[in-house]
Parts: sequence; C-alpha cells; structure tokens
Amino acid sequence: MSVPVLSVRDLSKVYGEGDARVHALRGVSLTVERGDYVAIMGASGSGKSTLMNILGCLDVPSSGRYLIEGTDVGSLDERRLAVLRNRKIGFVFQSFNLIPRMSALANVELPMAYGGVGAAERRARALAALERVGLADRVRHEPNELSGGQQQRVAVARALVTAPSLLLADEPTGNLDTASTRDVLGIFDELNVSGRTIVIITHEDDVAERAKRVVRLVDGRIVDDRRQAPVEGAPPRARTPEVPA
Amino acid sequence: MSRFEILRFALRGLAANKLRSFLTTLGILIGVAAVILLVAFGEGASRSIQQNIQQLGSNTLTVSASFAGGGPGGFAGGRGGRGGGPRTQARQLTLDDARALTDRAQAPSVRSVSPVVTANGTAAVYEGTSHTVSQLVGTYPSYFEATNKVVEKGAYFVNDDVVAARKVMVVGRTVADELFGAADPVGRQVTVSGVPFTVVGVLREAGSSGMQDADDVAIVPLPAVQQSLTGFGPLGSIIVQATGAGTTDAAQDEVTAILDQRHGIAPGGVADYRILNQAALQETVSSTIGVFTALLGAVAAISLLVGGIGITNIMLVTVTERTREIGIRKAIGAPRSAILGQFLTEATVLSLAGGLAGVLVALAGSRFPVAGIQPVVVPSSIALALGVSVGIGLFFGGYPANRAAKLRPIQALRHE
Ligand SMILES: Nc1ncnc2c1ncn2[C@@H]1O[C@H](COP(=O)(O)OP(=O)(O)OP(=O)(O)O)[C@@H](O)[C@H]1O
Ligand SMILES: [Mg+2]
Repeated sequence: MSVPVLSVRDLSKVYGEGDARVHALRGVSLTVERGDYVAIMGASGSGKSTLMNILGCLDVPSSGRYLIEGTDVGSLDERRLAVLRNRKIGFVFQSFNLIPRMSALANVELPMAYGGVGAAERRARALAALERVGLADRVRHEPNELSGGQQQRVAVARALVTAPSLLLADEPTGNLDTASTRDVLGIFDELNVSGRTIVIITHEDDVAERAKRVVRLVDGRIVDDRRQAPVEGAPPRARTPEVPA
Repeated sequence: MSRFEILRFALRGLAANKLRSFLTTLGILIGVAAVILLVAFGEGASRSIQQNIQQLGSNTLTVSASFAGGGPGGFAGGRGGRGGGPRTQARQLTLDDARALTDRAQAPSVRSVSPVVTANGTAAVYEGTSHTVSQLVGTYPSYFEATNKVVEKGAYFVNDDVVAARKVMVVGRTVADELFGAADPVGRQVTVSGVPFTVVGVLREAGSSGMQDADDVAIVPLPAVQQSLTGFGPLGSIIVQATGAGTTDAAQDEVTAILDQRHGIAPGGVADYRILNQAALQETVSSTIGVFTALLGAVAAISLLVGGIGITNIMLVTVTERTREIGIRKAIGAPRSAILGQFLTEATVLSLAGGLAGVLVALAGSRFPVAGIQPVVVPSSIALALGVSVGIGLFFGGYPANRAAKLRPIQALRHE
C-alpha cells in the first residue's frame, strides 16, 4: 500500500500546569489512507478538537509523532509548516473563521495568494470553487451579509480551492440547519468521490453514517474504530449515478 | 508573496476599517504638525526678538535723563520739562555733556557720540498729503552708524549740514510711502511745522519692532530740529557707540565717570541719568530666549509624546483586535513574513500618510503670522517629528504583529 496520508503514533496532549493539568489526548494512534473518509465522534471534552488541531498543524502535541505523507511534522520549521498548511491541508472550522470585511471571493482567493498563485488564475479557481459550493451569485458578499450555511460553504470553498490532499473539518455542520447540512455533506461526498481524504468531527449519527470509517474517542483515547465502507469507492450515501441500481 | 501583493493586502486591511485608519492618520498628523509649528513659532519669535535688539544698534550705550520718565532713548526729553522731576538737584543732558563724552583722553573707548532730540507725533506735509511722523529725530550723522540705520536711496546728511543747520531730512520707509507713494522722495520738500525740509535719503526698511513701527521716522540735523521745533533745550538722549563689542563696559564706565563729574554726583550717589547698555541687554535677552526655546521644545516634546502614545495605543488595539484574523491567515498557510509584512506596511502607510500630511499642514500653517510673529520652519524639526512618529508607528505596529504572527495558529484563533 502507498504511504498513508496521515499517521499519528502515540499522540498525547496536556494542557495547563500543576492542579490545572488536563490530559486532552492520552496516546492516540491512527493511520488514514488516501481516499478514506473518517468521522471522529465522542462526547464533549473527549479531545476531538484537540486531535483535529494537531492534525491540521494548528497546534503541536505534547508528545508523539505525526507524519503527513511520510514527512515528520515535528521536524519542520515555521516556514515549511506554513507551506504544508497551505498546500496539503484544507481546514473547515465549526465557527467558519472567515476574515471579516473581505468578500467571499477574496476570502477564497486568500490561500492561493499565500501560495503564490497568479492573480488571474486565482480568481478563476476561486470562482470555480464558489460555483462548486453553489455560491456563484454571492461572490461579492462579505461574511456578515451571508447566512451561516452560506458562510460555511465559503469556508469549504476556501479549504478545497488549493486542492489539498487532506480535508479536515471540525463539526462543519454544528451550526447549520438540515438543508445546509445536506448541502455541505453533499460537497464532502463529491470531494471524497474525486479522491480527497476527509476527516470530519461530528456529534450527529446521520453525519457519521456518511463516512467510510467511524472513530470514537473517550477521554483522549480511541475506544472504537469501525469501517463502514471500503477505502476505495464512493462513500456509503453518495449519489453514484455511474453504478446503476 | 510579492511586495506588491503585500502592499495590496495592507491597503485592503486599512480600507476594511476606514474610521480607525483615518483617526490614526489624524493623530499622527496633529502630533507632527504641532511639533513643527511650535518649533517654527519659537524660532520665529527668537529671530524677531534678536532682530529688534539689533535694530537698537550695535555696541551702543543710550544715555538718558533718568527723571524724564521716558523709556530707553528718552522720547519725552525734547519737550523740556525742567523742574518737573522729583529731584531738585537733577540736571538735564546737554549738548555740552555730549561734547565732553567725545574727549579722547577721558573716554578712549568711545567711538562716536550722537546727541539726540526727539519730537513725537509731528505732522509732515507734502503737497497736501499729511502724515504724522511718530518719531522726528534731530541728531548728528554718527547716529546712523550707531543705530544701524542704513540709507537705501539718496544720501545721509553730513557734519556740514549740522554745522549749517540745513533743513535736510532722511525719512523711513513708512514716511516715504505715506507721503510720496510710489514717487521718488529724494529731492522733494516736506513741510514740518511750517518749516520746509528737503528729503535727501530714504532708510532701508527695518520692519516693525514690537508695538512700534521702526520705519515711521524722520532724521534731521540736530540744530535744524532745535531751531524749528523743540528749541535749544536739553537733549532727549545721547547715543554713545563704543569702539568695539569688547569695550562697551569700559565705555560705560568712562561715560559714567564723566557725567558723574559734570552733574556733581558723589560716588555712590543717585545719578540723574541712566545708561542702557546694548550688550548687557542682548545678553539678558539671549538667555531669556534660551529659556523660551527650551520651554517650547518641552511643549513640542510633550505633544510628540502624546501623539506617540496615541499611535501606540491604536496600533496595539489594532493588532490585538486582529489576532484572530492573524490566526485565520496562519491556519490557511500564511507565512510569518507575509503577515508581518502586511502589518508593517499598514503601519508604514498610516504613519507616513499622517506624517507627510502633518508636514504639509505645518508648512501651510507657518505661512500665517501669530501675534505678529512669523513662524520660521526649522528643517530638523520636520525630520525629528516625522522620524519619531513613523518610528513609533512602525515599532508599535510591528512589534505586537510580530508577537501575534509567532503564535501557533490555534493560540491566535483562541485569542479573545
Ligand atoms: N486551550 C486549552 N487549555 C486548557 N484546556 C483545554 C484547552 N483546549 C481544550 N482543553 C481541554 O481539553 C479537553 C478536550 O477538549 P476538546 O476541545 O478537544 O474537546 P472536544 O472533544 O472537541 O469537545 P466538544 O465536542 O465540546 O468540542 C477538554 O477537557 C478541554 O477542557
Ligand atoms: Mg470541539
């Protein structure tokens, strides 16, 4: 088998000092192959976000190793980490995290600007990404002029516009209604069909059902790792028109 | 990321909060303009004061009767007033006093002596145009040199004119303008109290010295004014010019000795005249100007400091407020250099725009005289004000931005 997209070994994360010490992760090991669609579930405070932030290179573990496509993240300097975040990882936050007072288009163009993509190509790709999430008619709107679902779709467009190999989403549907949830998850299904690796945190069972694999965390440990569908092929709920019923 | 791209990001960042950008710029503008203007005002004031002193003459002593009640120069002396003083023993200054001062043996430090009689507010008429000359001075030719009065057009009157009591006149700029307008005054006849005087020269413009227009003067030979206007009474004052800058004190001692003897003043007694020493005055005023300049400098420094704290405050608030934004930018792969570049560029654009606008405002403002003083812009104050405000803007824009850019993305994102 090829090099896994991501692989963590014995990851632990401790917050605080002395009496206030919190063990958010206690030895997590996980390997995700290319093309997989993983849902991470668990009670509130079980360490899901902590794990996700480390996977997204937004935070560093207290101990343990983390490899992305075979590269040890811990050995990278600040500049390479920035390149890694920019090229390999797309991150969707629960709270959208769009930059205020910048149009949807400018927000989506931003990662490409930092990646050194030329202005014309940047614009074309950003428009294509916004079109893909169904927001072609909202490109000039600023975040505060968009609904929550629309903002989240802009965030998804921003995450996928650099064509990262790994898409990470921390409760991307937590703030959305059913219709918006369906839209966003539909996009994830499509992305996975087209070969993107996806890791998503969720509380909702019907969101988890759409993943190929469900990992459960309790108290900073993985207690259950269940495969629902093979890594190759479409996710369970994806509309697959090429396979006749 | 290219420089151009960073500049675009910075401008977009500034445009995203126009009011704050505007207020920061305004703060810097005011700070810079205040410093430049204050320093310019101080410089203008000290120059004008120095100029006024120089107008009084160089290395001169002004001797005047002390009970006459006049200021330096004894303006009231020409009208007599004998017996009106508080001291019965007191004597007026006479032409003989002046002659005694020219004694080379007793007064070796004296270069020239000019007796002066002054008539104030005398009407002069030329072909129906009348002008009240605020100072009509009757004196000797040495007066011109002693008091730095330079004839610009025409000629001085000479000793012969004094001896012959010729009715000739050298007029100041104001008198020339008022009486003759654009016409050349030299050679024309002016009537003062019914006596015709021929204008022989026009003085170079001196500018106003304080309240008084130093150009509203007419200077004539001493006997001419005595004959026609004041009578041969006492002198208003005697202008004594010392041989050099280093001898004014010696000259003062010599003059004191001669006059004490002539007026019968006992050693240690109260003199009935007084001597105004130009050099001593200049010294006093110079030190006063020094204090004045230091004071203005302190005010300027304080306004720069306050402006600097304002810039610091806004920059700190800006960066703190935008730490989350920095986190987002880092999370999507912005290198630290790009973030720092953007914030530094924002700070530079703000401080430069504010600073340059401040310089422009100051330059425009310094064209208007305040309380009769024309501000003089000091170039180094521009450099200082610009340098300090831009420096503060860059440091306090750059330092917190650098700190925020160093954070892990998640720390910046969690920042409240
Ligand atoms: N910055 C922090 N400082 C201290 N403790 C933290 C910090 N972040 C998280 N924790 C603690 O670590 C534990 C795991 O937090 P985490 O955010 O990973 O939970 P979670 O599984 O994402 O929960 P939720 O479902 O509510 O989002 C919690 O007990 C939390 O209090
Ligand atoms: Mg969480």
